[in-house]
Amino acid sequence: MSEEIIKDVIIGENEEYIVNMGPQHPSTHGVLRLEVCLKGETVKYLIPHIGYIHRGIEKMTEALTYPQIIHLTDRMDYLSAHINNEAVCLVVEDAMQIEVPERVKYIRTILDELNRLASHQLWWSAFGMDLGALTTFFYGLRDREYILDIFEESFGSRLLHSFVMPGGLMHDIHPNFQKRTKEFITYFRKKLPEYDQLLTGNVIFHNRSKGIGYMSKETAIGYGVTGPSGRGSGFSCDIRKIAPYGAYDKVQFNEILETEGDTFARYQVRMREMWESLNIIEQLIDNIPEGDYTAKMKPIIKLPAGEYFRRVETARGELAVYVVSDGNKSPYRMRFRTPNFSNLFVMNEIAKGCKIADLIAISGSLDLVIPDIDR
Amino acid sequence: MNSIAKYLSELFKGVSTLWAGMRITGKYFFSPGAIVTQQYPENRKTLKMTDRFKGEVIMPHDENNQHACTGCGICEMNCPNGSIEIITDRVPNAEGKMERVIDKHIYHLSMCTFCGLCVKTCPSDALAFGQKFEHAVFDRNKLTKVLNQPGSKLRKEAK
Amino acid sequence: MTSNIYDFSTLTGQIHTWLSGLMSPGWVTFTEFVLVGLVFLLAYALLGLFLVYAERKVCAFMQNRVGPNRVGKWGIIQTIADLIKLLLKELIPIRKSDPFLFNLAPFIVIICSFLAMAAIPYAKGLQAIDFNIGVFYVMAVSSLSVVGILLAGWSSNSKYSLIGAMRSGAQIVSYELSVGLSLLSIIVFAGTMQLSGIVESQANGWWIFKGHIPAVISFIIFLIASTAEINRGPFDLAEAESELTAGFHTEYSGIKFAFFFLAEYMNMFIVSAIAATVFLGGWMPLHIGNWEGFNQIMDYIPSIIWFIGKTFFVIWVIMWFKWTFPRLRIDQLLTLEWKYLLPISLFNIILIAFIVLMGWHF
Repeated sequence: MSEEIIKDVIIGENEEYIVNMGPQHPSTHGVLRLEVCLKGETVKYLIPHIGYIHRGIEKMTEALTYPQIIHLTDRMDYLSAHINNEAVCLVVEDAMQIEVPERVKYIRTILDELNRLASHQLWWSAFGMDLGALTTFFYGLRDREYILDIFEESFGSRLLHSFVMPGGLMHDIHPNFQKRTKEFITYFRKKLPEYDQLLTGNVIFHNRSKGIGYMSKETAIGYGVTGPSGRGSGFSCDIRKIAPYGAYDKVQFNEILETEGDTFARYQVRMREMWESLNIIEQLIDNIPEGDYTAKMKPIIKLPAGEYFRRVETARGELAVYVVSDGNKSPYRMRFRTPNFSNLFVMNEIAKGCKIADLIAISGSLDLVIPDIDR
Repeated sequence: MNSIAKYLSELFKGVSTLWAGMRITGKYFFSPGAIVTQQYPENRKTLKMTDRFKGEVIMPHDENNQHACTGCGICEMNCPNGSIEIITDRVPNAEGKMERVIDKHIYHLSMCTFCGLCVKTCPSDALAFGQKFEHAVFDRNKLTKVLNQPGSKLRKEAK
Repeated sequence: MTSNIYDFSTLTGQIHTWLSGLMSPGWVTFTEFVLVGLVFLLAYALLGLFLVYAERKVCAFMQNRVGPNRVGKWGIIQTIADLIKLLLKELIPIRKSDPFLFNLAPFIVIICSFLAMAAIPYAKGLQAIDFNIGVFYVMAVSSLSVVGILLAGWSSNSKYSLIGAMRSGAQIVSYELSVGLSLLSIIVFAGTMQLSGIVESQANGWWIFKGHIPAVISFIIFLIASTAEINRGPFDLAEAESELTAGFHTEYSGIKFAFFFLAEYMNMFIVSAIAATVFLGGWMPLHIGNWEGFNQIMDYIPSIIWFIGKTFFVIWVIMWFKWTFPRLRIDQLLTLEWKYLLPISLFNIILIAFIVLMGWHF
């Protein structure tokens, strides 16, 4: 296979029809470049090229203190910024053996789920637009605005809110937070069925997504595809269930699993996860315990020498943070295992033999965020 | 016969799902009250950002043109991007001892990522976030700001 | 019965006699050609601009937005500003393109939509040319635009353009069949291919009401198939913004791009005008059987307003399609045509022939 690719792409011997999708392409959601070899409308194979938005976040962390690292993790998967922040905080708290107050755990979990909801809403909007239903984009963003307003009121920023600190939170939540979140839940429960009517039930959408981009459970595990994309193939990989963090062990929720493994299954997982996120928030929002919003921390955080590892479930899959510390105030080496990196490289496997239009649907259903791949 | 019935039922089911989608967009077409767009430059007067909105870093001054910054440099140290520079001076105080005061608290808005660490870690609460968000300027140098006002002094706590 | 309707042929007749008094018959014909051409050119540009504006407003309201609202009151001169911008833009030459075909393609597309406009009856007596095979003529010229699209895709020497053009070729050629068959069903009813004759035949009721359910079916098929024929969503595979960036006109810029854009909107207008003329009575007011009083009142509304109202209703429906549905895939598009629309319209036309044979229609 690789020899064939060299002949096709590099030497150009076989005169294959090779199309560059990206780095400037409306549906690669950023600067991803896919070199697609076509036969008519059918995709023979594709080669993803990454690195167009590489900023060296892992290297930069080696020069920064732990509280400073937090604001860099925002910029990896910017749509689940809060969850990324939390991953680093969990590592630091683990290493220093700090018990964070209950209140912090509850608030972090609620924010995780709100962030997941916002991310899935944006994904839904963009996925509809990838398939050509342009109106979904505005409906999704309209409802996401409510969440962003809640974020803005409490954290001061809408997208990249470095709100979590090692040991707790930056400051306490806004007094309006609970009220507005509850308002949002009632509002969004009314709007979600509209999403279903507009896109999920649509016969054109069914034809475009059912049976497209089949990923077997073996492939999903083999490539390390996690998150909703992996769960669409029946791969039970929800870190919230496997290794609960925050207040996830105190709430009742189901891990969403679909077994079809096609684009529609991945779509359904995300749609059902939105309902589940609403349930989780509803269980927690009234029961936030009183208390401090941060644990007692030393002014300068130094991790004891050693290796630390923690993983969380972002909106796109498993984010793992691995820290090697030599006892200084900045890490010796920090490594992020980001979900989108693995999710991208399964694409060649599952998109082989489909049409160009399906390729767009598949890349949309994997919900790629490019800065997360390149870091 | 069975296949014809299947063909027809598929057809009707398909058309009904299409109609369901068209009902949603049709409903919004005829309900102009659902428009959510903010008319930005027009609503400038009524537009109020939330209290915690991170527009820019400011140094609040009171009515006597006094601030709380002691020039300790913790914000400069904590800033991940080096967007704060502090130039201090040593001047003799009333008792004749040399004392550290800030000469200039320089803030590069162009480099700031609004992580909030400077405001959070300031031991004397001298920094805060301002609500101004219209930062567009024609010259990049205008984004470098001196936060302490000219002639301002350190606020002395009443002992 | 339609005595109250103002006949535009009296106005054109007056102009003709006035001109004949001024110059020789040859010059009169020439001047009239020039006048008609100018009127059409103006109407074409204005309608195109208005349709772009209307599309943006309609989609904005469907998406809970306001739409263009900065240039002029309610943004009404937004499209004129856009046009000026497009006129001022650089025409980027593509290095390895075929310059002759590359420059020719937008003109073919725009000329085709121009030709079709000539045969449409806008109001009573207001029609540039009344062919006795009007329906046939409009279909023939409007399907020529595929040549322009194929040329544009081929000559730009771009991979995306080529895919878009090939898709468009396959699509237009197949959907032409359904358009033809659905129009044929009304021709069977009316017994004429002359567009003015079809309108006259609806004096006592529009074909969509008179023709029972088969007429409704063929109206729906016409709407779907013609939406596909003019490359609009959900059948905009030739452009397929999210797949092929812009399809066949990826490489075009400036006013040549604007030509494609304008032609797309004008094709939408033409298709809607045909639908309004053939199915919804054209400029004919809403008449119900023998309700003389009601019919009299309806006649007071000028015929051109009836025509424009019906046309814009159909345009609005086509826009509604576009802003609701996801795009089809190329094989599904052809499946829809060959497995659903074509058999249904064939069956439909037999049914209509039977109805006409038995004289069951009104």
